[in-house]
Amino acid sequence: MDFTIFLIQLLNSLQYGLLLFLVASGLTLIFGIMGVINLAHGSFYMIGGYMAFALAPIVAATFGGGFFSTLCVGLVLAVVLGYVLEWAFYSYLYEREHLQQVLMTYGLILVFEELRSLLVGDDVHGVKVPDLLAGSLPLGEVMTYPVYRLFISAVCVALALGMYFVFSRTRLGMMIRAGSTNREMVQSLGIDIKFLYRVVFAAGVAIAVLAGMVAAPVSSVYPGMGNQVLIICFVVVVIGGIGSIRGALVAALLIGLVDTFGKVLLPDAAGVLVYVLMALILLWKPDGLFKAG
Amino acid sequence: MKKTYIGMFAATALASTVTFAQAPGKVKVGLMLPATGTYAALGTAIENGFRLYVDEQGGKLGGREIEFVKLDDESDPSKATDNAKKLIKRDNVDVLVGTVHSGVAMAMAKVAKDTGTLLIVPNAGADAVTGPMCAQNIFRSSFSNWQPGFAMGEAAAKKGYKKAVTITWKYAAGQESINGFKEAFEKNGGKVTDDLQVPFPNVEFQALLTQIAASKPDVVYTFFAGGGAVKFVKDYASSGLKATIPLVGAGFLTDGTLDAQGADAEGIQTTLHYADSLGTPRDNAFRLAYAKAFKSQPDVYAVQGYDAAQMLGIGLTAVNGDVSKKAEFAAALEKAKIDSPRGAFTLSKAHNPIQDIYLRQVSGKENKVVGIASKALADPARGCRM
Repeated sequence: MDFTIFLIQLLNSLQYGLLLFLVASGLTLIFGIMGVINLAHGSFYMIGGYMAFALAPIVAATFGGGFFSTLCVGLVLAVVLGYVLEWAFYSYLYEREHLQQVLMTYGLILVFEELRSLLVGDDVHGVKVPDLLAGSLPLGEVMTYPVYRLFISAVCVALALGMYFVFSRTRLGMMIRAGSTNREMVQSLGIDIKFLYRVVFAAGVAIAVLAGMVAAPVSSVYPGMGNQVLIICFVVVVIGGIGSIRGALVAALLIGLVDTFGKVLLPDAAGVLVYVLMALILLWKPDGLFKAG
Repeated sequence: MKKTYIGMFAATALASTVTFAQAPGKVKVGLMLPATGTYAALGTAIENGFRLYVDEQGGKLGGREIEFVKLDDESDPSKATDNAKKLIKRDNVDVLVGTVHSGVAMAMAKVAKDTGTLLIVPNAGADAVTGPMCAQNIFRSSFSNWQPGFAMGEAAAKKGYKKAVTITWKYAAGQESINGFKEAFEKNGGKVTDDLQVPFPNVEFQALLTQIAASKPDVVYTFFAGGGAVKFVKDYASSGLKATIPLVGAGFLTDGTLDAQGADAEGIQTTLHYADSLGTPRDNAFRLAYAKAFKSQPDVYAVQGYDAAQMLGIGLTAVNGDVSKKAEFAAALEKAKIDSPRGAFTLSKAHNPIQDIYLRQVSGKENKVVGIASKALADPARGCRM
């Protein structure tokens, strides 16, 4: 591997790592901070992907269209969906056992998959890259790098910084962190923890949906797309340390690096390398890299 | 234990009533196809094709009426053996037809081999079905994974490409297709320098695309299907490789995915035993009849379902509707020429189609025929002893 190729692969792994963070960050909130084992996270991602596909023509007809207005409409819908879901289902799960959380959220996967099948069908669909970002930059002799992938990376970085700022620098973040450590105490201090959690949950769903919408033009949308990302999301959160946003970012970048170079250097083991990494890290630090609190 | 006995007794009783209730003279066809999940659309196309032929024959094959028993296989290999047994033991089907997923089809072949039930595979391309698993009562109306790969290997070498890189998911179907390509390409003077693999069903290709750019082959051969095919074709184009290194593949790369792939698929050449615009009278008639009956356009899966019914018809006619005459059923099919919309084909000793593999090129939203990549190509049926 010569040096240019090495640099390009480094860029690939950075980009993949950031994409992983984007996809997993919603789970960091819901599983990491709120403590609900949310298997339906992949479904939220899928809903985002299908929103990018199915909402585009509707948004185009009502608001004159564009990828970014679709994104905004999708986000608003996602917040509403998250808020309603928390009120109807998830709010009953906080005090329950893990098994019950797994059962209910697994049930939600089936419901969402079936709804998707009824509403949009089982075909594979492509989502157009917005014209503004459709170009590509030359890279090496034969390769080019699509601008849209750089845009995804930028979104991830912005999201990571934003989340980090909110959680460690604002009053809201302080209340959320306190709530995840001791619900009753926070409540007795006069903070409406129920409402707070509803908002955090809605934010988690919205971020997962955002990830699905932003990733849709490069990943295309297809049945079962959510299940594909679900496992890797849990790996990111667990390696990073449950509840830590910084940890999730570091873990995602690490996985991107191992996966990319694994595919190139050890192709036969590429499928397991990420899990070997997880096992090693958990042996070394059973709580993950940056366990919160 | 007691419960099991009672259960078995009840099942037997139920089974016998079912047999009793059915009008004598009907042939029961067990359609074990995916009705849910990723492959649901393929299952529907196969069933439609099958029913179309049966309807064209007035609902009868070999003088006997056809009755269908349907079962959703969910493309789940872990349930496949039970499902196949259920159809044979509980529903007493005379013929099994299925399926799309290779893992499920392998389990069905195993059950068919053990019980002697007739099996016609209308899609699953696993080489082993007409290889080590081959049997007198097992037939395939579709293809083996090896076939499109081999045909593309020949076509690529003929074009003058010398150095190829292959890329696929690390699973049996992909590997079999790559093996076919490599065999033909290297026999004709080419060389496969890299055999890149992505863990199934991972769709992060960027690292391997960089590898391809670094090794600068003359051509890239690939086997992907469904969502993976869409993503690969789009990634290949957006990485700029499409302009410099031609991408070719087994037909599934651009079948049923062209809407999603859009302009990124334009010009890609693939090999398959069917194409969108063959223009033969046989195919035109089939397409018209299918469109009339089901209000949608047929695809390669519909053709395979249609031909599975044709094969059953030929066999049943030869034995006058007596499905127990396995040897005569098989002998008739081995001699038969099946008048398929894809072009007439015969069956090999291992009961896999000996067929023309077309070279197709994506143009607009169609896979247009460019020519025949391999005439009357027969799968080598390695490991088949019959």
